[in-house]
Amino acid sequence: MATVTYLEAIRQALWDEMEQDPRVFMLGQDIGTYGGAFRVTAGFLDHFGPGRIVDTPISESAMIGAAIGAAMMGMLPVVEMQFIDFISCAFNQIINFAAPNHYRWGQQVPIVVRGPSGGNVHGSAYHSQNPESYFHHTPGLKIVAPGTVADAYGLLRSAIQDPNPVLYFEHKYLYRRLKDELPSGDGLVPIGQARLAREGRDLSVITYGAMLQVALEAAGRLEAEGIDLEVLDLRTIKPLDQEAILATVRKTSRVIVLTEEQTTGSVAGEVAARISQDAFEWLDGPVHRLCCPDTPVPYSPTLEEAYLPNVDKLAAKVRELASY
Amino acid sequence: MKTGKAWGPLHPETETTERLAKTGLPAKRQLELYHFMKLTRMVEGRLGNLYRQGKVVGGLYSSLGQEATAVGSAYALEAQDVMGPLIRNLGSMLVRGVQPREVMMQYMAKSDSPTGGKDGNTHFGDLKRGLVAPISMLGAVIPVMAGVALAGKMQGKDLVALTYIGDGGTSTGDFHEGLNLAAVLNVPFVLIAENNGWAYSTPTSRQMRVRNIATRAAAYGIPGEIVDGNDVLAVYEVTKKAVERARAGGGPTLIESKTFRMKGHAEHDDAGYVPKEQFEEWKQKDPIERFERHLLGNGLATQEDLQAVTARIDAQLNQEVDFALASPMPPAERAFEGVYA
Repeated sequence: MATVTYLEAIRQALWDEMEQDPRVFMLGQDIGTYGGAFRVTAGFLDHFGPGRIVDTPISESAMIGAAIGAAMMGMLPVVEMQFIDFISCAFNQIINFAAPNHYRWGQQVPIVVRGPSGGNVHGSAYHSQNPESYFHHTPGLKIVAPGTVADAYGLLRSAIQDPNPVLYFEHKYLYRRLKDELPSGDGLVPIGQARLAREGRDLSVITYGAMLQVALEAAGRLEAEGIDLEVLDLRTIKPLDQEAILATVRKTSRVIVLTEEQTTGSVAGEVAARISQDAFEWLDGPVHRLCCPDTPVPYSPTLEEAYLPNVDKLAAKVRELASY
Repeated sequence: MKTGKAWGPLHPETETTERLAKTGLPAKRQLELYHFMKLTRMVEGRLGNLYRQGKVVGGLYSSLGQEATAVGSAYALEAQDVMGPLIRNLGSMLVRGVQPREVMMQYMAKSDSPTGGKDGNTHFGDLKRGLVAPISMLGAVIPVMAGVALAGKMQGKDLVALTYIGDGGTSTGDFHEGLNLAAVLNVPFVLIAENNGWAYSTPTSRQMRVRNIATRAAAYGIPGEIVDGNDVLAVYEVTKKAVERARAGGGPTLIESKTFRMKGHAEHDDAGYVPKEQFEEWKQKDPIERFERHLLGNGLATQEDLQAVTARIDAQLNQEVDFALASPMPPAERAFEGVYA
């Protein structure tokens, strides 16, 4: 079977869902004729027409608001944020309209908001963000962040079919760097289930998104030093897979939570808190959050390298914790 | 507004005349309009009693003086149309078939309220009756209803989406984004801006420098209409025209309804910041009393007919209040249910 890129997997998932279900349509900026800033929707306008590929003004709040209204009417809208950083412009619609709607009056809001997140491409402060923690706090939302080609495909299809508002954070660093085969069949990946990406004995790295690749590369390097890493890919960051998190902690007793967010108030912090509360007696060392410093994302490559977690930083932290 | 007085004439564009707008509505349907306006006022009267008895657990909001805008506009919709009422649109909800007990139980946070006690006041919806629940952040409903209109168009449903905004709410980003999106997508959407003079304690002059909200329609390339919001027939007719235009593919309309908020922002607010003269002036323009004079003066109803409407509503509301009071408070475990669909 031919391999596809992570970006092509996203495109294929959108394509397959739109082919399969006439309720699915897309709203976004420059997604029609231009095919999207990253060409995720290239060819969609010709095939599906302007009735289902809806180019919008630069109005993130109205785009997501309109998606909410259409979803309540039985449609399945997918909204593209040109860069996920701009999702903050629609914060109110997501956290106050979409998220509590089912709880408040029983009306489901099956929208998907997706877009390129993450750094390491020198996008600077407004084209590199990982905004998941802003939304992680809000009841009613689901959040997924695929770190593999198969998950990019399967989580997006599941997100579109889910009756709740789902934020789908794809990582732009992986767009064309990650290549793999697409799964056979419908390839659906259940929301809410983590995946053990690598089995190991000595120490667990709990992660998601582009940091999964960092963890796997570090694991290969540390194997030569006799340290056997276990890597848990969360895949869904809301709701968290509590059982999978506790299971890996019980197995290795040492944990690093590796994410590409600023440290304070991060999803990593929530994972660490759950481990401290629910698996304290299994631990042989402090739960460490390896995240970004509490600064905006810097532009210059030397600064961004200092900012982002990487294989060297992870390996150093693993060695430190392994000998704790 | 540069006038000699601190207040001055609030809405000179719609100086009220005793004569109401021309309408093709027969007497029977005009009496129905009267019923819904009177029902709105009397339901709010009962809610005020329940509030003073300590039965309303949160704030209480009134549409006193604005009943004609809510009722007249909702009355112009068809069954398949969808509406997003705001806090001063109880009348619209009643026209759409909401029962007084539902609203009473909402305010009293009862187990049998439409939201089961999870939300209060008029914050509930029911798409089977074409009602979308609002959120408290003003303006947010506008893009959502534009999306309802977009979906209706995609689904070939021949529906029109209508919602409201206050003069204060026009200052939000979503007012602009939502109306602009609706305009460029040319969806069947009607927005009624209720200019009632005050946003909580802030006069309209602190929300905008334009005199008429309706002139803003030009910025979106859509029609802007001004209507006397205390004339139920005028509101009905102008909304009907906009709804028909939208249904025919003509796109959105912005309607500015000139009216006045006869109470404070909510029940706790005595509106001491509103000049007494404004209340006195608008008392003369009361939409229900004007409509009564119209019905009587034109031989469309007798004094007995109107008294019968009031008596019927009064009897109905006795039952509605009893029903609402009898509902228990929700069970505690419900607090944890229904976060996800």
